[in-house]
Amino acid sequence: MKLDSIQKQLLAEIADLHSIPEGAYNIRSNSQSVGRVSTANIEITSKTDVSGMDIRIKPGTRHQSVHIPVVLTESGLSEVVYNDFFIGEDCDVVIIAGCGIDNCGKADSEHDGIHRFWVGKNSKVKYVEKHYGSGDGTGKRILNPGTEVYMDENSTMEMEMAQIKGVDDTDRKTVAELAAGAKLVVRERLMTHGKQRALSTYDVRLNGAGASADVVSRSVARDDSYQRFDAKIVGNAPCNGHTECDSIIMDNGRILAVPGLEANDVDAALVHEAAIGKIAGEQLTKLMTLGLTEQEAEEQIINGFLK
Amino acid sequence: MLELQHISFEVPENDATHEILRDVSLTVPAGRLVVITGPNGGGKSTLARLVMGIERPTSGAILFNGQDITSLSITERARLGISFALQQPVRFKGLQVLDLLRLASGRDITPSDACEYLSAVGLCARDYINREVNASLSGGELKRIEIATVLARGTALSIFDEPEAGIDLWSFQNLIQVFQDMRRDIRDSSIIIISHQERILNIADEIVVLQGGTLAMQGPRDQILPRLTGTASALQGCRRIGGGEQ
Repeated sequence: MKLDSIQKQLLAEIADLHSIPEGAYNIRSNSQSVGRVSTANIEITSKTDVSGMDIRIKPGTRHQSVHIPVVLTESGLSEVVYNDFFIGEDCDVVIIAGCGIDNCGKADSEHDGIHRFWVGKNSKVKYVEKHYGSGDGTGKRILNPGTEVYMDENSTMEMEMAQIKGVDDTDRKTVAELAAGAKLVVRERLMTHGKQRALSTYDVRLNGAGASADVVSRSVARDDSYQRFDAKIVGNAPCNGHTECDSIIMDNGRILAVPGLEANDVDAALVHEAAIGKIAGEQLTKLMTLGLTEQEAEEQIINGFLK
Repeated sequence: MLELQHISFEVPENDATHEILRDVSLTVPAGRLVVITGPNGGGKSTLARLVMGIERPTSGAILFNGQDITSLSITERARLGISFALQQPVRFKGLQVLDLLRLASGRDITPSDACEYLSAVGLCARDYINREVNASLSGGELKRIEIATVLARGTALSIFDEPEAGIDLWSFQNLIQVFQDMRRDIRDSSIIIISHQERILNIADEIVVLQGGTLAMQGPRDQILPRLTGTASALQGCRRIGGGEQ
């Protein structure tokens, strides 16, 4: 597998990968698979009709991981990729995705990754997705991830999504449908700067008794950036749903939080929380009394907030 | 050594100004523990905030070890060796107790170093080190962590604004021990404690009584304490725990 230093750095940023990962993996670089390994339990095959992969995880697969990072370093590249995950029953797996774009050119680079998950009964999935952009070209770095999650009875999915730096434009759409007893936990961390724009939309449907969802976004909008967090939870059965948007706004940043709760069952318990505000003056003061400058204090507060 | 020279502090109120402190002069020598007491609203917390640089005096000068620090920022004063435990500690989402103690000490201290500071303030360190300094902590827990950050700094001057507020009686002796250990461990360190508690007044070298924005009394504990406990009005002020200060 041949990767240049920029590609290696992108991989380290988005997947903490410094060498070839253990377990199953597919590394996609500039629209081509540059390395792929399936294991006895996890099979990765290319789709034949569109660009993308099918990842099939056998029932009962436990404590195994799949890495599917994507890097783009050619300016002007635009791609839509469909990856489908079929996770059998009684699994316990970790899936690490993520996309890094380095754009030094004038043309926009765009990666739209559409990920669909079918999570089998009683299975437990941890999904980690990091987005990162670098390069000093005038071309935009654009990422539009689409995520669909279909959760069978008593399955659990924990999603950790982070976009901390360098992505100019992103429109993330996540939909989930949960059967009885299924549990979805989402932790989204987002920081925008410059003239970036980030939209994140959730549509979570709790369809079975005892299903639960907890969708929490923490974000920081600085400079002239714009964010929209649109989280909708629909309770169609006795269920528990909670969404939270907690944002720090700085400089000329703008944030729109759109709460959406729909209860179609008398035993659906749904809660939405949203808070937007600048860094509290007393927080800065406290850290300054410890010897930090105002700027250092600000950095520590943001780092902690997005940790 | 800390010297306050003719400090006055006014705040605008409607079209007029409201005087919070009037011509307060005070010296806190190195190696001394000074307790500032007096009725609520007397200007005690304001005085502490002026020393830390959170507020600036309308007139007067503040000297620290002979250097005029009146125009220095909070950060500069902190770096010169002044620490401040706030009356109402601040919460931080995401920052963990260990992070805060690392920032306070200015070093990448190990969890076991951090545990020492937490144990000193009566917290079982293992349970707290990775906790977030957020709303999940009780007022008393936050107050102890606040005191631990000052311990971790180990500076020449430490100021505590009503450290006993929110600390249960059972832990009170522990708190007294913290101040006594600080005196022993930090050479020539000066400690200023704002308090209404007799038990804290009892460990003072000197007591200062601020009332209505002026220095009402100042002197060695043996001279001041009997006068305080002998006056009904002062006693009422001194024994009152908690309450907001200006």
